[in-house]
Amino acid sequence: MAEGVKPRVKAPSKAAAGEAVVLKTLISHQMESGQRKNADGTPIPRSIINRFTCEFNGKSVIDIQMEPAISTNPYFEFEAVIPEAGDLKFTWYDDDGSVYEDVKSVAIG
Amino acid sequence: MDFTRRDTLALGMGAVALTVLPFRANAAADDAIAAFTGGAAMADAGVTLTAPEIAENGNTVPISVEAEGAVSIMVLAAGNPTPGVGTFTFGEMAGAHSASTRIRLAGTQDVIAIAKMADGSFAKASSNVKVTIGGCGG
Repeated sequence: MAEGVKPRVKAPSKAAAGEAVVLKTLISHQMESGQRKNADGTPIPRSIINRFTCEFNGKSVIDIQMEPAISTNPYFEFEAVIPEAGDLKFTWYDDDGSVYEDVKSVAIG
Repeated sequence: MDFTRRDTLALGMGAVALTVLPFRANAAADDAIAAFTGGAAMADAGVTLTAPEIAENGNTVPISVEAEGAVSIMVLAAGNPTPGVGTFTFGEMAGAHSASTRIRLAGTQDVIAIAKMADGSFAKASSNVKVTIGGCGG
């Protein structure tokens, strides 16, 4: 497992019913592309987060397939519709099989 | 004519910029596009790709894509060692069909966004980004 991986999510705690809210996510990860070489000239093996998903009450908001061209500390900004109170679930899938999760509750009001 | 230190430096920088300039769409990018669209024709309108004209650091180039009514949007960097950047698939709870992220670019090149619409059609947008320092290491 990659070290020091810490997800951060910015989501509103309240929204009007049916409102589209902006979500910002950042996860600290080195996203080693597999293109770089170390001092000996041997390639450093690829180690990235290859998929990110966001769900609201189990329904998909966005599903992102990621390639090595995504920068270190992957950042995503997108919108979700909030029709009712519930939980936003954010999931990141690492190349090494690790899964990182974060959950934010959104209330109506 | 005498070259001052300043002139010489300017000339040197110009020469470097010229040698770094042209990367072009490679076969791998075309293959990725064909795999995504199945060879279907692409409309020029319907998808918006926002990228800076000049990126000082190729390690983090902010881009955003938007396509009303899109099911998914694929982003490609044709001049990278591997052209794929990412595929954004929008679910039923998505708000505006837009997303922003930061990507790596190896050098000056075209960034391409292809949107797959709900009716099965495709739209394409591309934007040339000049990169001062490439972002793929090696």
